[in-house]
Amino acid sequence: MPVIAPKQKQREYDVVIVGSGAGGGQMAYTLTMEGVKVLVLEAGRMFDPVSETAMLHTWDMAPLRGVATPDKQYGFYDASVESGWDIPGEPYTNASNDKLRQFAWWRQRMMGGRTNHWGRVSLRNGPYDFKTRSRLGVGFDWPMTYEDLAPWYDKAEMLAGIFGDSEGIENSPDSSPGVLLPPPKFRAGELLARERARKLGVSVVPVHRAVLTRAQDADRIPQKLHPGNKKAQRLLAENMRLRLPCIYATDCHRGCSIKAAFDSTSVFLTPALKTGNLDILPNAMARAVTLNKAGKPSGVTFIDKTTGAEHHACGRVVVLAAGSQESVRLLLNSKSNRFPDGLANSSGKVGKYLTDSVASRVSGQIPALENLPLHNEDGVVGQQAYMPWWLAGQQEKLNFPGGYKALVVSGRGMPNLNTGKSFDRASEGDGIPFGKRLKEDARRYYGSFQSIGAQGAMAANDDCYCELDPAVKDKWGIPVLRFHWKWSADELRQVSHQQRTMTEILEAMGARFFRAPDIDQPEKAINQGGKIIHEVGGAIMGEDPAKSVTNQWCQTWDAPNLIMADGATFPGTADKNPTLTILALAYRAADHLVEELKKGNL
Amino acid sequence: MSSFEHPTTRRFVGNKSRVKDSRKGALPLALQTPKRPGDVDSDDRPRINRRVALQWISSATAAIPLLERDALSAERSGVRPKSVVAKGYGPDPDLLRLYRPGDLWPLTFTDAQRRLMIVLCDIIMPADESSPNASSLGVHDFVDEWISSPYRDQKSDRAIILKGLAWLDEETGRRDKNDFVSLPPQEQLGICHELARAAKADSRRFPGSFFYRLRNLVAGGYYTTPAGMKDIGYRGNTPQAEWNGPPPEVLKKLKLAPQ
Repeated sequence: MPVIAPKQKQREYDVVIVGSGAGGGQMAYTLTMEGVKVLVLEAGRMFDPVSETAMLHTWDMAPLRGVATPDKQYGFYDASVESGWDIPGEPYTNASNDKLRQFAWWRQRMMGGRTNHWGRVSLRNGPYDFKTRSRLGVGFDWPMTYEDLAPWYDKAEMLAGIFGDSEGIENSPDSSPGVLLPPPKFRAGELLARERARKLGVSVVPVHRAVLTRAQDADRIPQKLHPGNKKAQRLLAENMRLRLPCIYATDCHRGCSIKAAFDSTSVFLTPALKTGNLDILPNAMARAVTLNKAGKPSGVTFIDKTTGAEHHACGRVVVLAAGSQESVRLLLNSKSNRFPDGLANSSGKVGKYLTDSVASRVSGQIPALENLPLHNEDGVVGQQAYMPWWLAGQQEKLNFPGGYKALVVSGRGMPNLNTGKSFDRASEGDGIPFGKRLKEDARRYYGSFQSIGAQGAMAANDDCYCELDPAVKDKWGIPVLRFHWKWSADELRQVSHQQRTMTEILEAMGARFFRAPDIDQPEKAINQGGKIIHEVGGAIMGEDPAKSVTNQWCQTWDAPNLIMADGATFPGTADKNPTLTILALAYRAADHLVEELKKGNL
Repeated sequence: MSSFEHPTTRRFVGNKSRVKDSRKGALPLALQTPKRPGDVDSDDRPRINRRVALQWISSATAAIPLLERDALSAERSGVRPKSVVAKGYGPDPDLLRLYRPGDLWPLTFTDAQRRLMIVLCDIIMPADESSPNASSLGVHDFVDEWISSPYRDQKSDRAIILKGLAWLDEETGRRDKNDFVSLPPQEQLGICHELARAAKADSRRFPGSFFYRLRNLVAGGYYTTPAGMKDIGYRGNTPQAEWNGPPPEVLKKLKLAPQ
């Protein structure tokens, strides 16, 4: 079974999965390794990270020095094609004209989905993050504990290949021994941050990222992940041996042709195809989930983007993993007599409770980092060091619920088009620097700038949701989403705390600031909803079918053979990035689904 | 699915060498700075001193009191350039190709504008003992590529930069019977110093806006070339088997313990 065109698809599959990213890829991998026949529908084209990514190209080889344009919205070399905030013919709308109340929606239309496009930061939610309501009185509890999910965090980490340390920090869980790969050494600015932040009671530790710092243990891990399944062990071991360790150059956002950085295509879909149990159908834009006569989900209608023709794929089980809000949109567009408000929506909760990371940043210039002896500071390029939330369990000290982590952005990274103007504020002299003075400024100040970016928790609220726009449709005639967004006072108070604390840490490093922090104007500092691309929710899991959309196995309450395998089921956003939890939840849901299929329960 | 297979050799080695080969063809294209007519026998010319240069800028500022956010002001001043009708590279371009100015959309500069841009590039990023000037790295062609681009941000720069180039020559001609390129280097530099002051005072008001945007493009264009990256002290983008953190002399300077 291979990559196919619509007419080549089988009459029926065990499982039809919409989406090929973190959630869809993980489901496809786990199911096909267990012999389940799977079809993956992907709205974008095939994309091969091995042969299509420009890993070592310098900016002068790209059009316009590689800056972001409406065609390539995260820069030219970003491994995103046909993707972005604004996709021609695929609009979405916002109910408010106020920018602070608008949501920005990144869509990734390509094989592997958004796993092509992330910084690979892979942090576990902690025990408290599953009990937001009980602990803090806001948002929701998850219908599971950390301990329930922990074994799948271990499994997802072993499969993806994650570096990091176990630090014993409250609510920033350690992995089981032997699961993580060694973290990279710190850069000069990160070492300085660690030394100075310690005096403020803040620990700077290695971040966890899905990047191989050494080869995976292909002799041991496959047996752990696939006990008793020799074929799966062999295929996984073969695939692990195709992945090379990091070469300590080039940004993971460009994609990784040596497969050191995790993406769904390299890690999930490649071995899944070799099982013979997977068909992949690219350029297939899902329209709706169909029901059989008994009112059970029976497949997916989709548009072949290459011809415009509509087709139907049959599956005993349907998995939606199209990217949280895209999956929500599919539910809302799957209307029937039985489900007039959209599939799986008898609670009325589909589209509700969107959350995102609460993010702001502070930057400064550190004189101690000027004129350092020249050295290569690429490391694993991007984040290496972070500050896990240091006040977990000390809620009484705070005027907002939850916490945040902070990522250190430091280093003598590859210059870009903005480098030329980046020394203006630091430069001493008359007029903006140019000529000899600019060259001297550049040699002195390059690499001496440091940012700290905070990303915090957001509890679900009633003001952040999406629904179908009553009028607007995309170019295939499919109704689009309309977003409602409003930061609560909690998030804004958190951002004030972020701004104040990040400033203190940079001050402890001796920073000069060229812009005052927005401590008293957090609405100026906070990133727009969706801009961090961590949005989740819209089909949240819970204990109560009247108040949630799925159970803890990501099965919808209304139809157990319909599974939500992306971030849509998150009942809230923790101070951790969502992808690792998407992987662990999808892994757990897939294992559960295999059991249910074996028992004949679906 | 053969395209998902990993090649037996490390892919990046192949990529790198292929790119390097194509660069060899590109580098000779980089132009030498033409000899400037004003370089010699300039003593009998009327000097544009600081006072005169300031007059230029204040008259320009007074004449066009609009914010320079888009092509609007250029249009009103009567020097609106021919608009760009080319298309962009689309949402799915070949990421591996080596792109040169002019490959994707037609360039704009006339010979005279190009000569002027070369002079300005080398004032903004001159050669010194450790690195070459901007024009020898083809940065003026990058500026042309930029202002010829069909995207919105670049179109805004197009209006202001073409207007600024015309303004420089008009002002020179009005006072000196010459164009900017023909002025003695010291006078060119003096005018740029005044423009740099105007840019710092208000980077959105012409002609400071012109110099601000041009400086950003030229300096950014310079530091994104291999020679520029080397000069600024970037030592990365080199595949390595391991990464050991900063060397001992860096830790020593920062008074940090070894990792």
